Amino acid sequence: MTGYIIRRVLLLGLTLLVTSALVFALTQIVPGDVARLILGRDASPEQIATFKAQFGLDVSPPQQYVNWLGRFIVGDWGRSFTGGNLPVRPLVLERLGNSMRLALMTLLLSVPLAVFLGMIAALRENTWIDGLVSIGSLAVVGLPEFVTALVLINGLALGVRELGLPSTSMVPNNTLEDWVRQLILPALTATFVLLGYIARLTRAGVLEELKKPYVRMATLKGLPRRVVIVKHVLRNALLPTITVIAISFGWLIGGLVVIETVFNYPGLGSLLVEAVKQKNLFLMQAIVMLVVTIYALANLAADLLYGVLNPRIRLG
Amino acid sequence: MTKQPILEAEHLCIDYRLGNQWVNAIRDVSLTIGAGEIHGLVGESGSGKSTLALALMRYLAPNARVSQGDIRLDGVSLLSKSRPEMERIWGRDLCLVPQDPLAALNPAYTVGEQIAEVTRQHQGLSKSEAWSGAVAMLEKVRISDAKAVAQKYPHQLSGGMQQRVVIAMALNTRPRLLILDEPTTALDVTTQAVILDLFRELLHEHQAAALYVSHDLGVIREMCQRMTVLYCGEVMASAPVAGVYQRPIHPYTIGLLASIPRVEIGASNTRLPTIPGTAPSLAQRGQGCVFAPRCPVALDRCYTEKPELETIIHERMVKCHRWGEIDARTLPVDYKDFLAESKEPFFNAKRQSGTEAKQDVPEETPEYVLKAQRVSKTFGGRSLLKRLLMQPDSRVQAVKDVSVNVRRYSTLGLVGESGSGKTTLARCIVGLETADEGRMTLLDAALPPALTDRPAALKREIQMVFQNPSDTLNPYQTIGQMLRRTLERLGAASSPGNVEKRIAELLAAVRLSDDYVNRFPNELSGGEKQRVALARAFAASPALVVADEPTSALDVSVQAVILNLLKDLRAREGASYLFISHDLRAVSYLADWLIVMYQGQIMEEGTTEHVYSIPSHPYTEALISAIPSTDPLEQNKHIRLIAEPNQSTERSGCPFAGRCPRQIGRICEDEAPPWREAGDDHRIRCHIPLDELKKLQSNGTPVQAALDKVVPA
Amino acid sequence: MTPTTPPIAEYHSRPLRSGIVGVVRRLASRPLALIGSLLVLMFLMLAISGPMIAPYSFNEINREALRQPPGPGFPFGTDSLGRDVFSRVLWGAREIIVVPGVATAVAVVLGTLLGLLLGYVGGWLDDLVSRLLDTLLSIPAMLLALVMLGAIGPSSIGIILVVALLYIPIVARVVRSATLGLRTAGFIEAAKLRGESTWYILLREILPSVLPALTVEAALRFSYAIFLTASLGFLGLGVQPPSPDWGRMVNEARDSYVRAPWALWYPAGAIALLVISVNLMAEGLRIALRREGQQ
Repeated sequence: MTGYIIRRVLLLGLTLLVTSALVFALTQIVPGDVARLILGRDASPEQIATFKAQFGLDVSPPQQYVNWLGRFIVGDWGRSFTGGNLPVRPLVLERLGNSMRLALMTLLLSVPLAVFLGMIAALRENTWIDGLVSIGSLAVVGLPEFVTALVLINGLALGVRELGLPSTSMVPNNTLEDWVRQLILPALTATFVLLGYIARLTRAGVLEELKKPYVRMATLKGLPRRVVIVKHVLRNALLPTITVIAISFGWLIGGLVVIETVFNYPGLGSLLVEAVKQKNLFLMQAIVMLVVTIYALANLAADLLYGVLNPRIRLG
Repeated sequence: MTKQPILEAEHLCIDYRLGNQWVNAIRDVSLTIGAGEIHGLVGESGSGKSTLALALMRYLAPNARVSQGDIRLDGVSLLSKSRPEMERIWGRDLCLVPQDPLAALNPAYTVGEQIAEVTRQHQGLSKSEAWSGAVAMLEKVRISDAKAVAQKYPHQLSGGMQQRVVIAMALNTRPRLLILDEPTTALDVTTQAVILDLFRELLHEHQAAALYVSHDLGVIREMCQRMTVLYCGEVMASAPVAGVYQRPIHPYTIGLLASIPRVEIGASNTRLPTIPGTAPSLAQRGQGCVFAPRCPVALDRCYTEKPELETIIHERMVKCHRWGEIDARTLPVDYKDFLAESKEPFFNAKRQSGTEAKQDVPEETPEYVLKAQRVSKTFGGRSLLKRLLMQPDSRVQAVKDVSVNVRRYSTLGLVGESGSGKTTLARCIVGLETADEGRMTLLDAALPPALTDRPAALKREIQMVFQNPSDTLNPYQTIGQMLRRTLERLGAASSPGNVEKRIAELLAAVRLSDDYVNRFPNELSGGEKQRVALARAFAASPALVVADEPTSALDVSVQAVILNLLKDLRAREGASYLFISHDLRAVSYLADWLIVMYQGQIMEEGTTEHVYSIPSHPYTEALISAIPSTDPLEQNKHIRLIAEPNQSTERSGCPFAGRCPRQIGRICEDEAPPWREAGDDHRIRCHIPLDELKKLQSNGTPVQAALDKVVPA
Repeated sequence: MTPTTPPIAEYHSRPLRSGIVGVVRRLASRPLALIGSLLVLMFLMLAISGPMIAPYSFNEINREALRQPPGPGFPFGTDSLGRDVFSRVLWGAREIIVVPGVATAVAVVLGTLLGLLLGYVGGWLDDLVSRLLDTLLSIPAMLLALVMLGAIGPSSIGIILVVALLYIPIVARVVRSATLGLRTAGFIEAAKLRGESTWYILLREILPSVLPALTVEAALRFSYAIFLTASLGFLGLGVQPPSPDWGRMVNEARDSYVRAPWALWYPAGAIALLVISVNLMAEGLRIALRREGQQ
């Protein structure tokens, strides 16, 4: 098991290295000169040279990459090109905290509901409940978030207004009430995207397990159906769901760009949109690296949990 | 019988819902199983035997129903019971021993827990009582380190151990009746023999009755007192086992028994009798006898009037209009090889079509088609990436320093259990795996180990028949397309007209009619697919055909057809075979020369005759003795390999040491055994001198197993 | 997110020749799948003929008719600049179908080739490239799309490139796993033994068996590509003005929502309907292509 963890951490390092190189390479194809883009057309050659020197852009791209990587590893994530040239790290970490809050809220809303619906649909296969869940998740899965968000904000306008829910979400303070007030609408929007996805996978997982011979064996051992389902089927069927939740977590941290934009929520995603629009190189790098790290860590945690719960992996 | 039977089924009918209608699957089956009786239920695939077995437990698929009849356990009808009532019976009075134990055990729980939960449920035992009961049961099924095994998860145990766990689970509650559903099908023959002994002893010990479901007539004969033969969901015959094997009466039973190849010496000129046609689907069954279309003695009446299941003498029942004549021996039921009698033009001597004629070489040229010397193959090398990620080394040496020669126009049989390396060796020869070491020549030309290095002319000379009929043909190509492509690629025909001619010839050679050219594989049965695969392998008249377990996925009656065809094609096309099988009966039917492999090494080689007679290697001896025989005259030696195979890779001694019942001491573990020559190129690799081996083996006394209990590897 | 596709074994092995008719028939026998497919067909037709049937040009400004509610003359009303929403939706249909469609096609073709190669050849190439693809997949799609679009600049071609690049690894992974299962099939090995080239084996022997799974995957990818394209448009990174983009139309309409809600709901509804139709069709395809007897 220890060897496994070491291998996974090594792999994570490798992944991050490849990702950083990839992102860096992408930023190099920016048409035109970054310095000119930021300083404007009228910037003098001296200004541009100063800018380049200030941000270390005056060396060759590979050298830039190596310099950046060295500093990044020791915690110096560079400074923003714009907005008073603030250091990137505190900015990004603050946004990460905000994104985490929203992700947590969403997971709390969506996972129990989705797993429950998927389970019920599988256990009542081909009944109206199953049909409803299937059609419901089909209709919702892949619906762009801004459509759902706008329906929630405007379509339910009356109800939402009555409840006093803001259509612009702020970072909640530490009361439960404020969490619900500020985050319920964006979290619900994200839930709509996740719900269908997780429910469908759970349903498929349970159905697949139900077909396996050990379920028949458990039944023919005279175990009551409740025991067969809860102890034998769900124990195995819900294992893959762990991985799905981990993948969802990565998406919730870095993928809620649209939702954060609609609700004006200061998360990582909306920061990235700004960074991209401003060609804010170090900011982009930091955000992508952070999201990938978190996504990979969530995956690692899921794999470890999966391994602990699955004797086949734990004991080889 | 005066005693109350344990289980009775009376005129049982089971239907399946297909679309909007009910289709009758099991038709009017009656069956009784008395106390302490092991009742065999035998049938080929599609006969409905598993459906019936589970239905007898009143376990039906959601789309199935019992439309008629009754099932009684100890005189009480099961059909009137509610689901909770059945739950009290399942696992307590009625237990299942399933086909594939690994699939039937929950991967997430220890085997101890899975045994213990039965008694917790049914006898209300506490957790610790149930656990110690489970350990005691594991001891009962002769597992030596039961405490440790109880803590293990299913995937950590070998197939034989898993089967022991499942039987322990079933016997835990002292049930009235066990349903054993093909419980040894997935096991190697030596392991099967041990498990069968165990079943017999335990069932006797627990005074439990059992229904033993199997397709293997040998296993049924060894295990059961009475048996029922099922065909197309109907009972054909039901009788005490001894009588059936001595003198079968129902034509179907006669045909089934006849189509099993026997371990016979010098049988290479005989042909296996086969049952013509294929079993009809449920919807195709006519109103008469279901077997009539395939029966060699069917009358007009048999097609129109359904026979009754009649009792002919005490306990012996047969469903046949003509049983009287058969029983009185006035009507012989002879199955010939029905394909050989077909009217299709076939044995028109040598090939005359457009194929480039090979030189006619006189029979028995002392020339070798293939020579493979000192071939080795190791799997699981570590790539750079794997090493970077510090993944553990998982090398397995599948073939160790093996030399094989195939004589022209002959068949070399390669025998061994799973893990013996026989398939790997064959794949190295055809080039699907690249041998690490060794020199091969084909028709005296050097044969490079990698397929891509082999010139087209050599590729053409080696073809292969694969094991699994379901993936041997591309589902998206017609039979004609694939044969045409093969002929064109291998350059076996000079003109398009010749291609078509050759296709027709090939189809005729495997006894398929011309219209198969336009069929897709999903319209073919398993046996037919394998016949097309034969045609494809022979398309370019190769010098060597490698057949890797070509019949192991087929029913016995279909197997007989394939074996006969293989024999015909060899003679007709002038090919040699490398025939790989775990089934010694099938091998002995075809092979002139045998090689017995164990864990990647050759243990014995010689003519089929020599290998089957003494002296032979102790492993060969054990293999032969483990085959459940259908021949009532055959005296079975009783050699059982109790220990589990030792899989450790680095061993200097004999690979069979530790399991060998004739082991003579440390020398077997420590030193590689020498080759001993028994004359006529018959060679045995063993530390025991041949004279002594011969003496030991002619003794006839059963060999006491070296170990009483299984020690997990 | 990377939705998984069922393994190859779930799909039936009926030959396509007699199968296409059967698949269509089975697709049509399920009401939801039929509705979905018909709607997709309708959207396709709109994409072709939209500009021809639109009463106005997408950019035609009617100063005397600002924020008109839906009614005669303006079936979907007008926006705050007085542009006919109906016409703009019609004009925009082409973009929202062609861009994801082309992107999906590129991703499916390249992903299939890559997946076939990786699954069949295996070895270190597979080890290396599969890891690389996994890395690419470990970045949320939206994130990667933003960074890439930032690099190459927003345009139709840009979006096509980005979406295709995002989906190549996903398609490749699906095809690779399907191919892995076939690598040791008898008919593949028989083809090797008769000396077929790798390309022949990939395209003629393996591809047909992978095709059902691929069809479903392509339909799913198409739906996600629409999702992504619309979202990028909404963020202002899609097709640049003045050409109409449904996503951007929704975003622009948010400001004047209180006075002209229809300018928001019609394009938003069109996106929703399109995505749901494609999903229904994909699900229908999945069931229609499923191996028989698996019911």
